[in-house]
Amino acid sequence: MNLHEYQSKRIFAQYGIPVPQGEVATTPEEVRQIAKRMGTPVVVKAQVLVGGRGKAGGIKLARTPEEAEAVARQILGMNLKGLTVRKVLVDPAVDIKDEIYLGAVIDRAQRRVVMMASSEGGVDIEEVAARTPEKIIKVPVDPFLGLREYQARWMAQAIGLDKAYFRPFAKIAMALYKAFVDSDASLAEINPLVITGDGQLIAVDGKMVVDDNALFRHPDIEEMRDVEAENPFELEARKYGISYVKLDGEIGCMVNGAGLAMATMDIIKLYGGEPANFLDIGGGATAERVAAALRIILSDPNVKAVLINIFGGITRCDEVARGILAAMEEVKPQVPFVVRLVGTNQEEGQKLLAEAQMITANTLSEAAQKVVSLVKEQAA
Amino acid sequence: MSILVGKDTRLVVQGITGREGRFHTQQMLAYGTPVVAGVTPGKGGMTVDGVPVFDTVREAVEKTGANTSIIYVPARFAPDAILEAADAGVDLVICITEGIPVLDMVQVRRYLDLVDVRLVGPNCPGVITPGEAKVGIMPGHIHMPGPVGIVSRSGTLTYEAVYALTNKGIGQSTVVGIGGDPIIGTTFLDVLKMFEADPQTEAVVLIGEIGGTEEERAAEYIKAEMTKPVVGFIAGQTAPPGKRMGHAGAIISGGKGTAAEKIAALKAAGVRVARHPEEIADLVAEVLG
Repeated sequence: MNLHEYQSKRIFAQYGIPVPQGEVATTPEEVRQIAKRMGTPVVVKAQVLVGGRGKAGGIKLARTPEEAEAVARQILGMNLKGLTVRKVLVDPAVDIKDEIYLGAVIDRAQRRVVMMASSEGGVDIEEVAARTPEKIIKVPVDPFLGLREYQARWMAQAIGLDKAYFRPFAKIAMALYKAFVDSDASLAEINPLVITGDGQLIAVDGKMVVDDNALFRHPDIEEMRDVEAENPFELEARKYGISYVKLDGEIGCMVNGAGLAMATMDIIKLYGGEPANFLDIGGGATAERVAAALRIILSDPNVKAVLINIFGGITRCDEVARGILAAMEEVKPQVPFVVRLVGTNQEEGQKLLAEAQMITANTLSEAAQKVVSLVKEQAA
Repeated sequence: MSILVGKDTRLVVQGITGREGRFHTQQMLAYGTPVVAGVTPGKGGMTVDGVPVFDTVREAVEKTGANTSIIYVPARFAPDAILEAADAGVDLVICITEGIPVLDMVQVRRYLDLVDVRLVGPNCPGVITPGEAKVGIMPGHIHMPGPVGIVSRSGTLTYEAVYALTNKGIGQSTVVGIGGDPIIGTTFLDVLKMFEADPQTEAVVLIGEIGGTEEERAAEYIKAEMTKPVVGFIAGQTAPPGKRMGHAGAIISGGKGTAAEKIAALKAAGVRVARHPEEIADLVAEVLG
């Protein structure tokens, strides 16, 4: 689960990391009142869950309350990479002398949390990593020891910080590590961590991603979920335990298993089609879940045909076939389906589908070729 | 011969009285796997399909000589179950459970390094040595004994590859599902080394997917040390960056972990890479000659 900037910074502040004392607003009038109360200049920042907000015009400086209202009018309601801006954060502007980067991630190869720092703050850190990897300093943290002060000091020295900042930097790094672990984050970053003209360190922007699997022990974070900021169909899918990601193609896919779902998308592309989505119905899918999956796939107006690929291991093919037929009855789709059912009880399953006049296939290649040619026939 | 599980396996099932645990215990017994004990705290003294149930793994190991554990307990209790198995003296722990918090696994993985116990998974289908032992949730009937070792991050995609091989009359030595999570007990590299040393295995199939750099590390090993032929497949060539594809580990982030990079690394190591799952069997037939 991705947290908004203002939510991430609130968590950071709870751990003693200095952040600007900003306020969230949903209307331009509110923004003007906040700016008046706070004193100008202020920065008005779109709160949407995408990167690169600044370049896209979602972050603007305002010198007066009136100007703050005017820029808020531009930002609120604007479309940033497919998402509508519904909230802005109004932060007091900070006098920036220098910008650094500080972050924490799970590193798979090291199998632990790794802290990262760079003197190149404020810009896209992934670009820095790609272009000049030596400018990112990484420190792996032992889960039983936590981040130690000497490690933070080493990071400060390695990114060329002045000695005067070693203590405050170490305090912030250790607080960030603690916030990361306590929140079950998979990413927490401060970018930029600003050194102000008067020599203070302050977290001007923040980002956190929390492990969905750990939300059961963080009801406070779960409550921060911004349902308006998420794709409604992906949200609906999650309710049923389905993994769904919308893509731009025209062939809807319903598959059991994440790896097989990706391989099914790939083979559609291999035979000249474009997948409309990733969808994994998971193990032991019920008729109800199959119906929900089909509803979600068909809610995408680009879908011109659907490929169902099920490898029934413990799942029984006849059960799946009944689920599909029940779902078709309910959803009444207007597009053709190609179904490939293999594994346990496949004969019974295939017989049920044949009786219902469905197009079937024995292998994944055959199914993919059939569904791609169906879409091409429609286009012709 | 085989790797990880086989004729010498004596299995204890953690979570045996749960719906999943009970069902899969029946399936494993039907396949001929020696299931010697089950564990559910508070249910000691019961039997499930003739298998005695104990309150702790320590007691199960003492009374039955179990040497391998399989875990079907829910995600929030699974880290404790893995640690209990490790401390009870089994050599191998296979964790099927999906959805364990990553930071819990960071701690568990660190502890297992200290006590030197092997974990496979979590979030995996388990391990099968066809004709000897099935320790997992995979459909046993699609497998047959033979010379091909398979290691994979994905469940149903592995079944697809096994099914294609068996249909061609090519059997498997051992099939290992290492799991789709970011922090796992056993990696591609670990399993490749075991297959390289296993006399029964003549060729290896590696099934990867987007996310992480484990496939690239595997490719380095294959290039430098492996003498047996390897056939590869990578799922997620059409996956967009920044979107998680079901598995907690399947995400292209920071431009790293793409299918194209992994395929290039494998090809550079001399691996034959299939374009789709069914082609895996064709390529294996070729490398076996």
